[in-house]
Amino acid sequence: MKRLILALLACVSLAAGADDFDYRLVPQAVAPDVYVFVGKTEDFDTRNGGNIVNTGFIVAPQGVVVIDTGPSLRYGRQMREAIARVTDKPVLMAINTHHHPDHVLGNQAFSDVPVGSLAEVQRGIASEGNAFAENLFRMSGDWMAGTEVVVPTRTLQAGPLELGGRRLRVLALDGHTGADLALFDENSGVLFAGDLVFNHRAPTTPHARVARWLASLDTLEAMLAGGGVKVLVPGHGPVSRDAAPIRSTRDWLAWLSGSLRQAAAEGLDMNEVLARPLPERYRALPVAPAEYRRSVGHLLPGIEVEALEAGHVH
Amino acid sequence: MRVAAMMAAMCAATVLAAPAGRAAERSVDPLGSPRWADMERSLLSGEAYVFDPRVKVEAPDLAENPMHVPVTVDATALPDVKEVVVFADFNPILEILRFHPDATSAYLGFRVKLQQSSPLRAAARTADGVWHVGGTLVNTAGGGCTAPSIGSTSTEWQKRLNEVTARSWNDGPMSGRVRLRIIHPMDTGLIAGIPAFHLEALTLRDEAGTPLMRLEISQPVSENPVFTLYRGKRDGVLQAAGRDNNGNTFDVRIAP
Repeated sequence: MKRLILALLACVSLAAGADDFDYRLVPQAVAPDVYVFVGKTEDFDTRNGGNIVNTGFIVAPQGVVVIDTGPSLRYGRQMREAIARVTDKPVLMAINTHHHPDHVLGNQAFSDVPVGSLAEVQRGIASEGNAFAENLFRMSGDWMAGTEVVVPTRTLQAGPLELGGRRLRVLALDGHTGADLALFDENSGVLFAGDLVFNHRAPTTPHARVARWLASLDTLEAMLAGGGVKVLVPGHGPVSRDAAPIRSTRDWLAWLSGSLRQAAAEGLDMNEVLARPLPERYRALPVAPAEYRRSVGHLLPGIEVEALEAGHVH
Repeated sequence: MRVAAMMAAMCAATVLAAPAGRAAERSVDPLGSPRWADMERSLLSGEAYVFDPRVKVEAPDLAENPMHVPVTVDATALPDVKEVVVFADFNPILEILRFHPDATSAYLGFRVKLQQSSPLRAAARTADGVWHVGGTLVNTAGGGCTAPSIGSTSTEWQKRLNEVTARSWNDGPMSGRVRLRIIHPMDTGLIAGIPAFHLEALTLRDEAGTPLMRLEISQPVSENPVFTLYRGKRDGVLQAAGRDNNGNTFDVRIAP
């Protein structure tokens, strides 16, 4: 009997989380006419449906500019409904900051308008998009129903971008992936940093080139130091009004690459590197143990090659 | 260190002696795999075996990348290991590799491709002919054996095929450790249009040419294999020679 009740309770609690597939997207106003949908600082699962990412939109005089489209068709559609509750202006363009699935798999809901990105992001989505989507179907389940990969249709370049009567600036950076776009809204001083910046969530590294990433963080921090940036929107985690998330992202990356380099030089094998404990300061950082393990898989093989090349073979 | 390991092994053997007499208890697979009967028949040829926690197989519970699942096999708690075979119950190609620690520790680290979640096991044959079987379960998204190698999609590797980089550590906690990496696509032959092309033999010898460890390598070993092993305290140059299934060879000297 007790077992039956427990089973019933389990069913009820599962149903409450997922049966309506509603991401409950509530736009957070971060500046006049600039809104952010702040996702959870978790990994993909069947409860959050992949809502672990920040997306946003800017209401320009003649229409709406969307920054990233989320992890699924449902998310993209619900995002559009939430935007329509704020303004009746039409969506002019959706922009993808980079090619990772949590940022672009909602593109389908915006296929009636141009979807803009850096050129390399188009290539990345075209070649890797289906594998990414398959992986999210596995991790997020039915939240993904109907989701198909839509490759961006408009190539964006670094520099000023005038959209719907609003002056924006595109920064073409890299390091988190091969092409990372950051978008600055001149009017409000809001900087959408994409996944170059993580806040209170461990960074992800499947396509990272750490040295390039650190250089991009320097560029962003210099922008903040120059004034004019009033709000920093990270790709994951809470919105910030200062450079703290840039510094904490840099701190993690520097620690990660330094510690992997040291481990490789000491001759440690991958299993030994995986078993190393995280430093005290990362104990409370969400998903840090999981991201560390993933990053060892992504980054150690390359670092190992350098360490072994220091040996003497003839 | 070695003495301590041997004493621990002897103690463990004593403890195991009683239950080892009961055949029924011995043959229950601690990993509960429905494939065990097949494994025993095909990998151990039906020879005597015992499940033995002294054979340690370390791998992540949840492997992020099915193309590169790190495995560490440590049978150093067993006395006089002649041969170790490493295999995965649910891989389309069961055997991953086999090694003979002629004059090294019965220890080997490397990476493997997994097609799906599977028990990952090592069976170590001791001088009395008995196989001692250890293992662990690995969960993974899979597809590791039927995804093309990076090498098969570019021609860059052809210039560097069988190129060896290696390094040995001679003092500190890693004293006696050798790590070597060989550039090879390790194609499984399970993808249409990409024939099996993999390393099949690697022998490490001391300066005098005496074999220290012999490896028989199969397709599931990951692309550009990296091996971690202990050569013991021996000084001097280490020779590493091997070949792939197309007859390409390599023969290098690794300075201490």
